[in-house]
Amino acid sequence: MFDFIVGHYAYWFVFILMAIGLYGMIIKCNLVKKLIGMSIFQVSIILFYVAGANKWGATVPVADPALGTADPAKYINPLPHTLMLTAIVVGVATMGVALALVITIYKRYKSLDETRLLEQMRKEDDTE
Amino acid sequence: MILSNSPALVPLSLLLAAIVIPMAAFRRRWLAYPLALCASAFATGISVVNIIRVLTEGTIHYHFGGWIPPIGIEYVLDPLSSFVTLVVNAVSLMVLVHARRSVAAELPDKSMPFYAVVMLMLTGFNGIILTGDFFNLYVFLEISSLALYGMIAVGGRKSPIAAFRYLIMGTVGGSFYLLGVGFIYMTTGSLNMADVARIAPSLHQQPALVAALGLMITGLGIKMAIFPLHGWLPDAYTYAPSASSALIAPVGAKVGVYAIIRVIFYVFGVEFVRNSLPITEILAWLGAIAIIYGSIQAIAQKEMKRMLAYSSVAQIGYIGLGIGLANPYGIIGAVLHVMNHALMKACLFLVAGNYRLKLGHSTIPRLDHRVRRRMPWTTAAFTIGALSMVGVPPTVGFFSKWYLALGTIQNGRWLFLTALLVSSLLNAVYFFRILEKVYMKPLEGEAADDGSVSLDEAPASMLVPTLVLGIALLLLGLLNAVIVTGIISRIVPPGM
Repeated sequence: MFDFIVGHYAYWFVFILMAIGLYGMIIKCNLVKKLIGMSIFQVSIILFYVAGANKWGATVPVADPALGTADPAKYINPLPHTLMLTAIVVGVATMGVALALVITIYKRYKSLDETRLLEQMRKEDDTE
Repeated sequence: MILSNSPALVPLSLLLAAIVIPMAAFRRRWLAYPLALCASAFATGISVVNIIRVLTEGTIHYHFGGWIPPIGIEYVLDPLSSFVTLVVNAVSLMVLVHARRSVAAELPDKSMPFYAVVMLMLTGFNGIILTGDFFNLYVFLEISSLALYGMIAVGGRKSPIAAFRYLIMGTVGGSFYLLGVGFIYMTTGSLNMADVARIAPSLHQQPALVAALGLMITGLGIKMAIFPLHGWLPDAYTYAPSASSALIAPVGAKVGVYAIIRVIFYVFGVEFVRNSLPITEILAWLGAIAIIYGSIQAIAQKEMKRMLAYSSVAQIGYIGLGIGLANPYGIIGAVLHVMNHALMKACLFLVAGNYRLKLGHSTIPRLDHRVRRRMPWTTAAFTIGALSMVGVPPTVGFFSKWYLALGTIQNGRWLFLTALLVSSLLNAVYFFRILEKVYMKPLEGEAADDGSVSLDEAPASMLVPTLVLGIALLLLGLLNAVIVTGIISRIVPPGM
């Protein structure tokens, strides 16, 4: 049991980060705080992939003449890193769209509090 | 050349249009619409070619850049994917024909970016459907979601809030899916769906693989808007501009449905799913609850678009129930309902768009018999759509419900059968109250037929697609046996 916990310590950190991110997205009322939570959540998944690519005693995946290319165990797995480059791009694009939406919402309602915004929305629905 | 590359041409032509439209239409605004229409028509044409190729040659694997999977990314054209791309492209083409006038009326100075974003959304949808690679699917999922957020946010004053809430939910969904892919990659060492399907049985229900299944279905369930995860849907559909909701509602959630069918039945397989997590059982129950909940909510709505949005929640419940039954009839019913619901919802949302253009609103209590005198054809299309939603033969809506009912009987699930039948009655309640208003109820203090209202139909560019969809509901209903035996019966996954 102890080995299981210590041996996977990177993943425990990742899952704690993930829980913090989800908490921020769901519980916090301020839209910007929700976005901070979203960012933490996305980063935790990126760290999850990067942690999974790691190998003990291996080096960066750049061909080193001293090590040769015969034994893949000498290099860490580069594929998750490249996948995560794409995921980072996706995250940046999502954040860009989200911040643009936040700016529009603030200009129209002068508030970023979700409960207040929803109240306002329902009120406008009724008056229409 | 064109024929051998036909699988890749569908998303690529749309992606090209998404890039060309802002460049070409930057100075000449009028160019945006014809370019978008051409790209969509081309994609629909290629989808027809694709489905004919699949029916004659069998499953086609297209390897990008000549890299053989699992190293390279492949596109897979099998009966399921070719059928769903055709439905998505054909319905979007019809809605795009309709969109010109409603975009010009609702978004006068935003038409160019709007069409570019629509093209991006369709690229994403087609990519999700055609790809045979898990990570590629994630990228297309996010492309289409980002486009959807933009399309919703350009609506009225309240639309950015709806888009923001969808963005938060959608990102959670996409991230859960990505996490699931991570688990799959770490246990199987592959991202290719066919490769994972080959490796998965030899891993004997490893917990990481079961976790991957659960995470992916949860993530895709948010995109599909299955019952407790549907929170983003009603606001998003209601506050989006008419053209957006008519594009998103028929095809948007279906892509999530498709991905779930692909993951459950083609990657993990029925055997694995039955022995690991009760995913299919959960989906069936959530589907049954969604059917009842969505229908009851739809009855309570005053605004037609919002009513249609809640009815979408119910209709997605039918599809979820069909998947959850996990027997051939259930799958046939679910896939047939993907097509039927796309046609019905497109037809009804176009009707709502026509009403909005001509009457200036689509509020149900304000409709009366003058609407029918003023817009007889639009109202006729609405009637066909409504009858199909209720499930009256020979409209398409009857046949998918028929197969779903057969599926529940085959599994001996009488409770689900009851939910199906009760929901048909509930559908009748919320559609017939509108039909009653437009066909029977005269205004207070006014004779039933005073002939004072003159004919004032929607313009032809809006009326024709509405009627084409309405006629398709009848025609495809009559031809349903051809579709089911020709295409859908080939979709029934292995192991059933």
